[in-house]
Amino acid sequence: MDFLHYLVTSIPFFIRAAAVTVELTATALAMGMVVGLVLALMKISGRRFWRYLADTYITVIRGTPLIVQLFAIYFGLATIVDFGSFWSAAIALAVHNGAYIAEIFRGGIQSIDRGQMEAARSLGMSYGLAMRRVILPQAFKRVVPPLGNQFIIGLKDSSLAAFVTMKELFGVSMQLASTHFAELQFYTIAGLYYLALVVLFTFLVNRLERRLKVES
Amino acid sequence: MSLVKVRNLNKWFGRLHALKDVNLEVREGEVAVLIGASGSGKSTLLRCLNFLEQPEQGQVIFDGKVIDPRQDDLNLLRREVGMVFQHFNLFPHMSVLENIIEAPIMVKKVPREKAIEEALALLHKVGLADKVDAYPCQLSGGQQQRVAIARALAMHPRLMLFDEPTSALDPELVGEVLAVMKQLAREGMTMIVVTHEMGFAREVADRVIFMDEGRIVEEGEPAQVFSRPQKSRTRDFLSRVLWNFT
Repeated sequence: MDFLHYLVTSIPFFIRAAAVTVELTATALAMGMVVGLVLALMKISGRRFWRYLADTYITVIRGTPLIVQLFAIYFGLATIVDFGSFWSAAIALAVHNGAYIAEIFRGGIQSIDRGQMEAARSLGMSYGLAMRRVILPQAFKRVVPPLGNQFIIGLKDSSLAAFVTMKELFGVSMQLASTHFAELQFYTIAGLYYLALVVLFTFLVNRLERRLKVES
Repeated sequence: MSLVKVRNLNKWFGRLHALKDVNLEVREGEVAVLIGASGSGKSTLLRCLNFLEQPEQGQVIFDGKVIDPRQDDLNLLRREVGMVFQHFNLFPHMSVLENIIEAPIMVKKVPREKAIEEALALLHKVGLADKVDAYPCQLSGGQQQRVAIARALAMHPRLMLFDEPTSALDPELVGEVLAVMKQLAREGMTMIVVTHEMGFAREVADRVIFMDEGRIVEEGEPAQVFSRPQKSRTRDFLSRVLWNFT
């Protein structure tokens, strides 16, 4: 059977491609978390300027397609700075996911009882110290489920990097599909790899969630 | 010598005038108890003293120094003014010990060993030496509040503010918290206490302050305020609350 033949013989290519996908996604989401945290802190800031700036960022980034942002960075900025395909994709994904992660973090932070900040401040802790030691550790536990969800979206969205020549899962499957004239087979195989990664990731998140629940 | 002094304090929440020209003076070692109906401004006044609320007008003078919230480092003031909250507000992700040593280590840079040593002594004092490694969610309300008192004391404050410390407790747990507060008062701690526990006020307070609609209506020694209130509003209030106690 064609399909099984392709599935088995393509393993070395897809394993390498899956590693690229994971590396790209992990890099992008790590940066996206930083972007998201900074935006979230801006959004709850007392200064109107920071709030407006964060709101504008979130509105623009959520209001435009990821592929447009990716092309703008990879092709559009190429004349000024050439990030290369990996970093273009990583930055685009970080910028894009950062906007969504910001809302997740903001919700998490605001879900912590006001009394926690008051208690910390009443002990002489500065706003920053109270955030870091008291609010964020509690908020982080609460945002694990929605954050995991956003990570899954980010993982699948990383497939768009294929359009800026990245040889990750989708890029490799496009290449193999056209050389072997076997679109159905190779795109199905690519889908299976994504599915496997998402299932594995979901399992890890669930375990983390259970562990955090036991701790508290 | 007055440790804390409030001059012509005014506070608004939007259009609600929560504190109206409040003047107050509390001496070193004194226990002042604020009583009054809900919404009378007691808690707001207390929260203005460590600037959890910012008064719009008036002065707070701590240890002879006028505190300007726009210029002074409020964190320095707050190190000297401990606060105990109605809902305890312990940090749920930290153990009892971590709750107590957090601020001394992070804010005052006390060496960890010394902070732990002091925390253990404080826990012993509030009767919870066996709960060092427990988490807040494993404790009863009364135990949580006693840990919260220990946490505040760990900063060696010169003034302790209590904001309805027993209001969220089951009736049978009120006594253990009041006992710790009484002991603290005996040791000479300067305390300002907002409470509905009239028995505590009568027994422990050096001075009882009755507030109504954002104003201090009457103040004096507990025996005088409770037995011979001068103002009709004080009499009304006391007749309503003491109905349940006497």
